[in-house]
Amino acid sequence: MNEYNFAYLDEQTKRMIRRAILKGLAVPGYQVPFASREMPMPYGWGTGGVQVSAATLTPDDTFKVIDQGADDTTNAVSIRKFFENTAGVETTEETEKATVIQTRHRIPEVKLREDQIIVYQVPIPEPLRFLEPRETETRKMHSLEEYGLMHVKLYEDISQHGAISTAYAYPVKVSGRYVMDPSPIPKFDNPKLEMDAIQLFGAGREQRIYAVPPHTQVVSLDFEDYPFEATKADHPCDLCGAEDSYLDEVIMDDAGNRMFVCSDTDYCRSRRAAGHLGRLAEEDAA
Amino acid sequence: MTPLLSVQDIQKTYGARIGCTDVSFDLYPGEVMGIVGESGSGKSTLLNCLAGHLEPDGGRVIFDTRTDGPVDTLTMSEPERRMLGRTDWAFVHQHARDGLRMSVSAGGNIGERLMAVGDRHYGAIRDKAIDWLGRVEISETRVDDRPTAFSGGMQQRLQIARNLVTGPRLVFMDEPTGGLDVSVQARLLDLLRGLVREMGLSAIIVTHDLAVVRLLADRLMVMKDGCVVEAGLTDQVLDDPQHAYTQLLVSSVLQV
Repeated sequence: MNEYNFAYLDEQTKRMIRRAILKGLAVPGYQVPFASREMPMPYGWGTGGVQVSAATLTPDDTFKVIDQGADDTTNAVSIRKFFENTAGVETTEETEKATVIQTRHRIPEVKLREDQIIVYQVPIPEPLRFLEPRETETRKMHSLEEYGLMHVKLYEDISQHGAISTAYAYPVKVSGRYVMDPSPIPKFDNPKLEMDAIQLFGAGREQRIYAVPPHTQVVSLDFEDYPFEATKADHPCDLCGAEDSYLDEVIMDDAGNRMFVCSDTDYCRSRRAAGHLGRLAEEDAA
Repeated sequence: MTPLLSVQDIQKTYGARIGCTDVSFDLYPGEVMGIVGESGSGKSTLLNCLAGHLEPDGGRVIFDTRTDGPVDTLTMSEPERRMLGRTDWAFVHQHARDGLRMSVSAGGNIGERLMAVGDRHYGAIRDKAIDWLGRVEISETRVDDRPTAFSGGMQQRLQIARNLVTGPRLVFMDEPTGGLDVSVQARLLDLLRGLVREMGLSAIIVTHDLAVVRLLADRLMVMKDGCVVEAGLTDQVLDDPQHAYTQLLVSSVLQV
């Protein structure tokens, strides 16, 4: 292959990260500090996720990378290539075939299985950060379960916008204990956080790893009179006709034409392959 | 009658310097205690020790809790103490900015304590916030404004509303009228006096303004160099000061 150790990181580092992952799985939602390494990519490109993936991958794994739902954008292509080069693992764009999925901003539409691991890239792991800037204080709030402040944010949303306007990185309570930032996934994906697969979250710059084990209760915070709602654009996908998937809005020209397409490119592709067609599907083929 | 708060031999030193020493007193339900003294006399140190913001070096602060009766707050666990700080206790800072969240609307500021003790109904929280804005004489239309848009006096009133919304039994106030002009001070004092009487609050007020204690406090402690030099009924201490320092303090007040 080449002169890199398997999956780039040295074995001691992977051990250290695995220990953090195991601790995170043992205490769902708790942010475990770890000694994040310099990676050959800038912060914000998924250095946390890459380290968790590197510590998780085995030579038999099949690896998939998602960036905003897509498999073919810069970030996804770069990270996929990175592990092709340094680990020599098989890569795929198909969710069903992957055993380790690294993702940024989305959870695949297809239900994940027990033999899969999904790794999230996390920019700011601390859900209370923008409300309470002091790390000493937020740690204390977590340890004492003082989460009233989280609701102050939701209160402000409703008082200013008439509804909970937080649309992504929507705070959740894991297993009835820790309030957790699910990374900047749309709140449409929040209900999927209770899944069969193992979920690992890595924040490289902030040096935190946390995890949600399979079949763990994950509750989105809300008010009794303003319950949580998983929202999406009220539209079917223009390519595959799916009505249950999260959509991206694409502006087509300067005359106000626009189309809605699945943000999960693999889901959209497999649906079209199975014969489902949306409003603009033929034009796209032509 | 059990005292609401029983303070015994509180002592706090900063290295060799004395913050406050050998302070003991009992505070009964519905009573307002004033603490006066010059700058650096240990008033704020004492108040912070009582409210759990500073850890005293010695002594006991026994609070009569609703559920368990008298408990030493210095030896209780931190979650319990912080819970007390959100429910039965309130702390009004001298600078409203220290006690408010400046980036959160007035309604959110008042609602924070309610949400911290588990209130999860937006409509109910908002109604309570509006009710409390009215009680501290702030117009309902300002409920969604941030405190940065408020005047100093309004900020201070908002801070009071935010603290009293959970119906505390003991309020600590650190120079609540400091930095306000006299007419605003007078209104604030009026308001405070009304709220204290109406809700049957007990309060400990630290101030260097004798007029404030004359108006609000039932009893008075005079501090100098970390020690209590004189204590008694407010009128008695102010009208017939015994200790040399108290005499100086009383005679230093400017007469208009």
